[in-house]
Amino acid sequence: MEGNLSTLGYIPLLPLAGALVLGLMHLATCRGRRISERIYALVGCIGPILSFLLAVNVFFALQALPAQSRFLSHQAFTWFSVGELTVSMGFLADPLSVLMLLFVTFVGSLIHVYSIGYMAGDPAFGKFFSYLNLFLGSMLILVLGDGPLVMFVGWEGVGLCSYLLISYYSEDRGNVVAGNKAFIVNRIGDFGFVLGMAFLFWGIGAEGFDYLSLKANAHLLAPTLGITVCLLLFIGATGKSAQIPLYVWLPDAMAGPTPVSALIHAATMVTAGVYMVARFSFLYAQAEVAGLVVAWIGIMTALLGAIFGMFQNDIKKILAYSTVSQLGYMFAGVGVAAYSAGIFHVFTHAFFKALLFLGAGSVILALHHRQDIWQMGGLKNKLPITYWTMLVGALALAGCPPFAGFFSKDEILYSALAGGHTGIWAIGVLVAGMTAYYSFRLIFVVFHGQPRDREAYDHAHESPKVMTLPLIVLAVGALFAGFLNLPAIFGGHLQVSHWLAPSLTEVHPHGSIATEVLAIGGSVLAFVIGISIAYRRFATGGEQPVFTGFRKFAHHKFYVDELYDTVLVRPYRFLGQAVERVVEPFVTDGPVRAVAWLYRMAGLAFKVIQVGYVRVYAIYMVIGLSVMSLVLSQSLNF
Amino acid sequence: MIEHYLSLSILLFCLGVLGVISRRNVFVVFMSIELMLNAANLGFVTVARLHQSMDGHVLALMVMAVAAAEAALALAVVILLHKHKGNLDTNIFSLLKG
Repeated sequence: MEGNLSTLGYIPLLPLAGALVLGLMHLATCRGRRISERIYALVGCIGPILSFLLAVNVFFALQALPAQSRFLSHQAFTWFSVGELTVSMGFLADPLSVLMLLFVTFVGSLIHVYSIGYMAGDPAFGKFFSYLNLFLGSMLILVLGDGPLVMFVGWEGVGLCSYLLISYYSEDRGNVVAGNKAFIVNRIGDFGFVLGMAFLFWGIGAEGFDYLSLKANAHLLAPTLGITVCLLLFIGATGKSAQIPLYVWLPDAMAGPTPVSALIHAATMVTAGVYMVARFSFLYAQAEVAGLVVAWIGIMTALLGAIFGMFQNDIKKILAYSTVSQLGYMFAGVGVAAYSAGIFHVFTHAFFKALLFLGAGSVILALHHRQDIWQMGGLKNKLPITYWTMLVGALALAGCPPFAGFFSKDEILYSALAGGHTGIWAIGVLVAGMTAYYSFRLIFVVFHGQPRDREAYDHAHESPKVMTLPLIVLAVGALFAGFLNLPAIFGGHLQVSHWLAPSLTEVHPHGSIATEVLAIGGSVLAFVIGISIAYRRFATGGEQPVFTGFRKFAHHKFYVDELYDTVLVRPYRFLGQAVERVVEPFVTDGPVRAVAWLYRMAGLAFKVIQVGYVRVYAIYMVIGLSVMSLVLSQSLNF
Repeated sequence: MIEHYLSLSILLFCLGVLGVISRRNVFVVFMSIELMLNAANLGFVTVARLHQSMDGHVLALMVMAVAAAEAALALAVVILLHKHKGNLDTNIFSLLKG
């Protein structure tokens, strides 16, 4: 049961076309007269917004279909054909991809609008919007692709765009290093992804390499091969979605402009890993071991991210580690086979994390690019809209009922508990408390108490409407998005989970009411404890703490970056130098140089007979002709 | 009788080769080349007579036409060479020396 829908192709095409047009406009004018920012902004925003409208259209088209046949696809063109494998650039809209599509285009459009205000006056305004459009277009290809290969196109596209945007302020060497780090770490993950795809194709790819065929043939996959494929694909996800051990790039990605951070953390890029695991739920459902690995790595990442987040001083770093932590929750969710819960957390997280980042951007802009929270304070009165919207975001992040984060996080924790993964649940509750602590540490230190930097405080003013409006819209989303998937205990019907059901292979856990109450009670208790500790410490001000002992250790992120540098980067660089000094001149270049030398010597030897006198050449000719005639007459037996 | 014609042809040809090899004046070299062409013509005509066929005559006429064109070209080259160096000694023109 499959329908065709040709508008699907336009959804990624519109932002990509926008990127091309903006890029050409920027290239054409970067030396001479400049185009007005208004035109760039208009062209930049129109693609994402049209994509969003198309996505809504697709959503209604799907909804009109009966639940089990909600699949619309469109084959744009044949991409390549090798042997028995024919891959077409196909797009698939099913409940899962449409849900992703809706919030990616929605949040993405808002971030575009916000960027008009945030990037105003930037010398490369058009370039920025071009990259932003390209980023969104790649993410839409990733989400809409009808098979792993098309997904991989988008997968690499977002990797490239993150590199371009993280090192956007490329005058500063540190930013370029951060961009490189993001790109290289992602490549390590991609290696796993490619291997996973290769194994998957080897196993069951011959009958068609798109999701629907793979899903139909999934039972033919040998169990060990299934686990291998799942784990390899998960390595790809750890790179893209910043899980242990490849999470290190995400906090450094803060080097980019703040709207980029919002885009990376909320709408695009990091959600790709979770989406991919949910997309391959038919494989993970068969490979329980792989699921457990995913869940445990997820929850440990959640714990680690939360610990780091508690001891950071940079407003964007705090949010970055909270993203790492929340992504850990999502993987814990999809790992314990609660795919819809994981995806729902992706969905709500997009709203409140985009909100928090854009709010942080507003604060940073108001304070003229200061990011240290210990230079802020008391900004509540100066930035009222930013304050109230960020408060909503922080409440949602901390999991305060009835904000969005509460329901989605609770759904994950409940699934873990009901599935018998008590350890994961316990760590999850602990992390929930820590999340509440660090998010309100941020709110209290930045907005409450007394101003710590009087001069910056006096000059601070609320951002323009083009920036606050997206904040308000996102705040509304962060408030109400949770109600879309209300569990039965609150009188809801888990609408999102039921909507997603045709795309996912999951069994809903049937826990008792007691389990559900325990899960909710645990989360709420953790939230209350976390927020009260933060209140006691920071509500009335507080000074920049001097980190000692464990706190210092955590502030320096357990020295993981230094560890990687010592264990991996330096030996690798040493190896590279060794190759450059020993292998290259003697092993690879040696024979090549020897051949060149041989020709040179032969040339010198033959040079002697080239005397330059016509007469001598005539003699050579006579000799040559004589010899030829002689040989010819011999062979013809004259 | 035929043998005599052929011997003369070979003799003329060898004289031409000797001239090209031994003389240093461009004009004489050029004349030697013409001598070789005419020796070849004589050979063609002789063999045509021997075989009672017109092919050799046709070829001889062709060689004459080519020789005429070649003479026009070569004389132009000689004039240029003279303009260039003011001398026609072939030993001066040794740019191809390795």
